[in-house]
Order: sequence, then C-alpha cells, then structure tokens
Amino acid sequence: MTGKAQYTQFHPRWYRPRVPVLWWLRRRSYLLFVLRELSSVFVAWFVVFLLLLVYAVAQGPQDYQRFLDWSAAPGIILLNAVALSFVVIHSVTWLFMLSPHAMAVRLRGRRLPAAAIGAGNLVAWVLVSAIVLFLVLG
Amino acid sequence: MTLSHDVVIVGGGGAGLRAAIAVAESDPRLSVAVVSKVYPMRSHTVSAEGGAAAAIRSDDSLDEHAHDTISGGDWLCDQAAVEAFVKEAPEELLRLEHWGCPWSREPDGRVAVRPFGGMRKMRTWFAADKTGFHLLHTLFQTSLKYERIDRYDEWYVTKLLVDDGRVCGVVAFELMSGRIEAITAKAVILCTGGCGRVFPFTTNAAIKTGDGMALAYRAGAPLKDMEFVQYHPTGLPFTGILITEAARAEGGWLINKDGYRYLQDYDLGTPSPKPVLRSMELGPRDRLSQAFVKEAEKGRTVDTPHGQVVHLDLRHLGSTVIDTKLPFVRELCLSYEHVDPVRELIPVRPVVHYMMGGVHTDIHGATPMEGLYAAGEVACVSINGANRLGSNSLPELLVFGARAGQAAAAFASTAVHGAQGGAAVRAQVEDERRRLEHDLLGRDGGKEPISAVREEMQATMEDGAGIYRSGESLARAADRLHALQERFRTARLEDHSRTFNTELVAALELSFMLDVAETIVHSALLREESRGAHQRTDFPARDDDRFLASSLIYRNADGSRQMEYPPVTITRWPPGERVYGR
Amino acid sequence: MADLITLRVTRYRPENDTEPTTQDYEIPLRKEWAVLDGLNHIKDHLDGTLSYRWSCRMGICGSCGMTVNGEPRLTCATFLEDCAPGPIRVEPLRNFPVIRDLVVEIGDFMRKLPQVKPWVIREEEASIDSEYLQTPAELDQYKQFSMCINCMLCYSACPVYALDKDFLGPAAIALAQRYNLDSRDQGSAERMDVLSAAEGIWSCTFVGECTTACPKGVDPAGAIQRYKFTAAMESLKAFLLPRGTR
Repeated sequence: MTGKAQYTQFHPRWYRPRVPVLWWLRRRSYLLFVLRELSSVFVAWFVVFLLLLVYAVAQGPQDYQRFLDWSAAPGIILLNAVALSFVVIHSVTWLFMLSPHAMAVRLRGRRLPAAAIGAGNLVAWVLVSAIVLFLVLG
Repeated sequence: MTLSHDVVIVGGGGAGLRAAIAVAESDPRLSVAVVSKVYPMRSHTVSAEGGAAAAIRSDDSLDEHAHDTISGGDWLCDQAAVEAFVKEAPEELLRLEHWGCPWSREPDGRVAVRPFGGMRKMRTWFAADKTGFHLLHTLFQTSLKYERIDRYDEWYVTKLLVDDGRVCGVVAFELMSGRIEAITAKAVILCTGGCGRVFPFTTNAAIKTGDGMALAYRAGAPLKDMEFVQYHPTGLPFTGILITEAARAEGGWLINKDGYRYLQDYDLGTPSPKPVLRSMELGPRDRLSQAFVKEAEKGRTVDTPHGQVVHLDLRHLGSTVIDTKLPFVRELCLSYEHVDPVRELIPVRPVVHYMMGGVHTDIHGATPMEGLYAAGEVACVSINGANRLGSNSLPELLVFGARAGQAAAAFASTAVHGAQGGAAVRAQVEDERRRLEHDLLGRDGGKEPISAVREEMQATMEDGAGIYRSGESLARAADRLHALQERFRTARLEDHSRTFNTELVAALELSFMLDVAETIVHSALLREESRGAHQRTDFPARDDDRFLASSLIYRNADGSRQMEYPPVTITRWPPGERVYGR
Repeated sequence: MADLITLRVTRYRPENDTEPTTQDYEIPLRKEWAVLDGLNHIKDHLDGTLSYRWSCRMGICGSCGMTVNGEPRLTCATFLEDCAPGPIRVEPLRNFPVIRDLVVEIGDFMRKLPQVKPWVIREEEASIDSEYLQTPAELDQYKQFSMCINCMLCYSACPVYALDKDFLGPAAIALAQRYNLDSRDQGSAERMDVLSAAEGIWSCTFVGECTTACPKGVDPAGAIQRYKFTAAMESLKAFLLPRGTR
C-alpha cells in the first residue's frame, strides 16, 4: 500500500546491508568521487593561501618577504603540490566530465555530443592559460 | 483489520490504471484501490511494441476502422461494441497525448501514423516501437496525481467474494509479509490481462497467467470465446520475444528458406517492394501464422535447434529507418539472437500472443454478475471476434478501461449495501484463508514439483489446441488436463515461508491456468467450424448457420460446465468473405 | 551433455537467517541462456524456495535487476556465456533493504517518485479535440529521459544514495527532467522546490555511475547536471532581477 507500510506479526525483518568502510575502493569512479569531494578542502586551502598572500603584501615588503620564505619551506611546497593536484582533478572533472553533460548545446537543431563540448572547454582553457601566461611572463 | 474501498481494481496495467483514473475523475468522493501482483509499471502492457489504432487522418473514417476490425475478426465481433470502440479510440489516444505520451510526430508536430496488419488505412499511432511502454508509464505517472487512488502493490488476489450473486470484494495476500486480507468493495474491476503462459511458447510475460479469467469463472461469471487464441507470426525462437508487426509495416519481408516471399502462395496478394495495405506481410495475424504451418508442412521452412523458422528480412530498410522507427527490434535481435537486422535475417516463428476471449462483458465492461466488471485482455466485449488486428489492443484497454471505470463508479455511487458483507462473506474469507495457509503453505510431502505439472500443461495445450486443432486432439487435451488437475492437488510445495513466497504464487497461478486451459479446450472442442484463429482440421469451413455466435462457458456450483451460444450482434456489416491482397 | 556453470546465489530467509548466506547451484551453460534463465532453471528443477522477481524477460519491465558479479544488471539481459567460467555471483541489488533472497524493497523510490510530480502540468487544460503540436526536435529534447524503466540499477550504483537515503536519486530526477523538458508541460516551477532542495540535485556529486549502470541509455547523471545549470541560472536571476520582472 502506498505510503503506509503496515507492520504486522508477519512483517519480515529486512536485511539492511551496511556500507563497508572501504566501499570507495570498490571501483575507480567511486575513488574519483571521494577524491573530488576531498578536493574541496584543498580549494579552500588555496583561498586561505591567497588571502595570506594579499595580507602580507598589504603589510609591506618585509612581511611579503617573510611570506615568500615561509612559502619556500619544503612542507608548504609539498602541501601546495598536493593541493595543486587535487585542484587539477577538480577542474578536469568539472570542465570535461560535468559541464559537457550539464550544457545542452544545440547546433542546427542537433545536440552537440559531450565530447565536442569537452573539446571546446579544453580549447577555451588553453586560450585563457595562454593569456595569463602572456600577462605574467610578457 | 478491514480493508475497504468503493471500487477495487485487480491489475495495474493499462486497463487497470485507465479504469482507476476514470473512477477518480467520475466521482472524486469514491475511494479506489489498484491491487496488483506486480508494481504497476511492470505490467505486461509495457511489452506492447507496434502501436495503437485510431482513425484521425482526413482520408480515414470510423466506418473503415470498424470494417477492418470486423472483417479481421471474421465477423465474430460485437458490432455495436466495435462502433463505440472506433469512435472513442481517437479521444482516448488524444487524452494520452495530453497526459504526456511521447507519440512519434510528423515534421509539422502532428501525431504520426503508420500502416499495420489488416488495416486499410494508416491509422496506427506509435511511440517508436515501445508504444506500450510509453503508454503504461504515462498512465502510471499520471495516476500518481490522484490522491483517491490507493495502491496495493505486490498483493496477489486469490478469490472474489460473492454475496448473494453480487461481487463484494476480494481476498488477497501481500507478497512481502504473507498476510492474508479481505479487501471489500462495492464494485470490482478485473484488469489482469491474458493467459499466454498456458502455452509453452508465448510472447507473454511470466505474470500472464489468466488470474482474472479464473477468478471470474470460479465465481460463476461466464467466459466468452475462449477458443480464440492469437498466434503472432513473428516471435524470436527459444525466447518467444515479440518482433513487432511494425517491422513488416515499415516494409519488412517474410521469406522462406529459399528467400521466397511465401505469403503470395496463401491468397494474401502479390509481392511488391513497398508495403501495400491489407496485403502480403500486412495481412492479418491468423492468416500469416496459418501460412507458416502450411509452409512448414511443405518443408520450405528453416530447421533450427529451436524448431522451424522463417526469416524476417529488414535489410533493405537501412539503418536509418531501423534506428528511428524500430530501435527496440534492433536491440532485441542483437541481445537475444546475436543478429543485426541491418545486415542479417531475423529468424522468426509463430508464437502465442493474445487471447481474443475472456470474461464476458457488455459494452460498459459489466459482466453478468452484479458488481463485477472487466476490461482489457482479460475481458471479451468482443471487439476482436475471432482474430484481433494488431494495434487494436492498446486503444481497447483505454476505451473499455475508461468505460468500465465509469460504469463501476456509477454503480458504486448508487449501491446501497454495506461493503463489509455478511456472515456468508466472512465464511468465504475464512475458507480461503484456510486454503492458503493449510492446503498450500502447510502442504507436506507431495510427489512432483509444480513446474512439472505446468510444463506438461503447456505441452498439452500446444499439442491439442495450437494453430490447427481437431476434435481428436482437443479431446485428448481435455483428458490430459483433467489428469493434471489431479496431479496439481498432490504436487510438492517446498517453500513454507510467509515472506515473498514466489512458489506459493506460482502454485496459485498454475491452478488458475489449469482452469483457464480447460475452458479453452472445451470451447474449442464444441466449436465445430473454422473461423479466424480457431482452425479445426475436421471442420475446415466457417459455419455461419451454427456458429455466428459467441461461446459462453460457465462453471456451475458443482464444478460441471455449461455452454451457451448467444448470437453475435450485427449492426451494419453482414458476414462476408475475408479478402486480403486482392 | 551441455557444460555446467555455477551460480553462487545470495540467500536470505528472514524467518531463519540474521544475515545473508550464499548457495551454489550447478546449471547447464547454454549459449542462449541469460542469468535469469539460470535462476528459472534453479526454481523449476533444483530448489523451489529461491525467491526473485521477473516478468517480461525482454528488458522492458524492469523487475529483474540484481547484482551480477558485483555489477548492477538486468538478469534477463546478462548472458551466462559472458560471465563464464563462473562461479557467477548473483546478489540482490545494493543500497536497498533485502526482503528475501534476491528481492529488495523499493518503497523508498515509489514514495519519492510522486514528489517530483511526474505528470504533465498545464495552466489550462486544452480540449480533447486535437493534439498539442510537438515537433520531432521538441520530442527529442526529452525523449531520452522518458526511456527509464524504473529498474533501480541507478540507485544501486549510486554511492550518494548508499550514504544518504534522503537523496531523491537518479531516476526520480531524470523523470522530473523528462517532464520539465517536454514542450507540453508548464510545471517546471512546481517541481523546482523539490529538485533544488539539499536532498535533490545538490546531493549529487556527479559520480556518473548511474549513467554507466543504466540499461536503457537514459543518462540520469546528465539530467541532474543539466538541472543544476538550470537551477543555478534561476537562482542567479532571482538574485539579480527585481521581483516582478522574473
């Protein structure tokens, strides 16, 4: 009966399987999912790092230099390297897996395949990166 | 505890859901319950593929649809019912469209139609080749918005409650818990579908075990025209999975082992490359299935481990047509035959598909028993006569589902009696509870598994009551079925659990099927003529003098059988010759 | 004599067992047999007490979803030969309570489905005289999402649903999108609250396993991501535009 399960003397005991602790190792996509969830911590870390940088710059050259020295410490470099890899995972899944499915782009009445949108994203990403590189290095 | 509703509908397929909505819309005060042994979206309507017929095009007319239906049914149709049916079919299909059914469309946005077997005009609406699936899910999802529709999902009805000739509810048990309850009602509508599983080789799903037919028959209501069993000409060997008639409507050819379009030898027209309406592969199903048997007798079919087959050739249609109009056909062939119809031939053979017969109802879905209604394949109005045309069954379940729902609602609104029933009903409930708990769940010992009885019943039906029958084969089948009834009573039941006991369900289904099989065989034995899907080798001609009549089979209280032959209602189309392809 | 293969079937009989066990059955390995045919062979000839659901045996009714060798599959469309040499593990679908043996309880989905209002909502009912026009291109917008057979394989594959039973889930959201994208429907605003709730689309973290598991090519993950985009745009509009112009 919809919505009103009747528990009677005959109502069976359901077996409710527990989710095993290591369920996320069961398959690649689950692992990727957990890593992507985890990546939000590292995105947050980058925000904090950026705020620290801005704060240091605002305090003057001495504080900025101290910030740079602190950033060069092996521990921080390692942390940033790990954070970078997680942020890359985050961006890659966003740009090439999620957004092609989220956007239904139609061209001459036909829906573009997800791969084409992913490729478009890649091109846009490379272009933006090139501009940033040009601004920083040029 | 007491479960009580104004209207109880047994079965949650297309007819049941349409009836439930009709009850809810005719009188919102009525409480309506859908009791189904499976979740509604699992019902067998889901497997219908080709389409639903309704005359809407300007070049078509209701009279032409009626004539096609009546001549297709070899003049055994109730013509008043057919006239109501063809008139209301377009309204019902439009209503489905308004409820969201994704009908395939013309470029301008109108609903598209395709040709179909035995139809003189293109009038079959379709949703690619998953029409039944879309129709059922549209109905199911639409039904969710009516708060007065209660559902008993996975409850199995085992008996109709009858008080002084009036049906007043059902006994059912919940599969999950095994609890047995009476569900009382002022009106009961049977919408349980057909009984293809009494045969070994069928397109029908496992659930199609004739439950509603047997429930009505046991309660004393008559079954009508049970001898008419439709064989669909194109089923996949081994599985029996249906390859829709739409495959031929889109231009597919049936060829024998020499690559020859053999239907031209059976008075079905002359071959042409493009499909021609009411000709060759677009002839009616009974004639095509019979042609296969003759072709096999001539040794011109292909021998395979799963019996004789012919080939359905779709290769010349190309992948674009196949993928847009027949994607499911391709999917099924690839999965179950490892054959790609774009490049290869599909092996097919006739397969039991549909019951023209069923619970006798009038044009409003009412049976002769007060308070009992039926609609869909379980019922026989009859718009299908001796042979149903493809794509008439989906509009039938909508038109007569709605009609039965409205009639039951009107009856329930005015019925004065308390739905609880008296002492006699309570005794019936206790008897049924005892039967289920003691005779079946508590059964100890027993000789053979129920599957052995079922398999032999199915073999018996194929041997005795197949595409061609004779007095001798039917009499033999009747004897064997009688013996099988005995064997069923002593068959072994291993499962004594209350919880989701599917063996108990299978046993009850088998018992229903045995009763239904007997009605098929007896009705066939007594119809000494050949008409539509009922072909007697000992009486090869149609006999309008004796048998322009429906056969009604009753079960008396003492278990004996009784037949009646009321004449067919003829309004405007006197019996004539069935002409196809010329 | 045909070759044999072992089906290692999960059994759970609530009257006797506190947790599931497995039972091995040897069945003939036939080319044309699906796992479901194997189960039917067991039921008819080896052990009448095995419980499972099935009906159409042609991949359209959605009854026979189980976990086969760890993957959510329709057993009628999973062939023994493709799982050879065995033993083939047949378990109930994951992420649902088990009622008995291979039968799971899907009431949770059946209660969630009506919440997304999966029916056509119109401001005014049109008369029944003619159809709503809908071009093939408009049909194409939602067609894919209308192919869902409610087989529950996507819920079984979804780790979010495994951890949070309040999640509306892939099939329910895809069906909501099926109506949102239908040119005949005017009810997307009514569906928004349920879909945009925390237990709706925002619970989904785009694992994508639902789409991988789907036997009918529905792509529920795509439906959910598309709705995220729509919902985000709606919130943005609500934030930027003054009331009344929205």
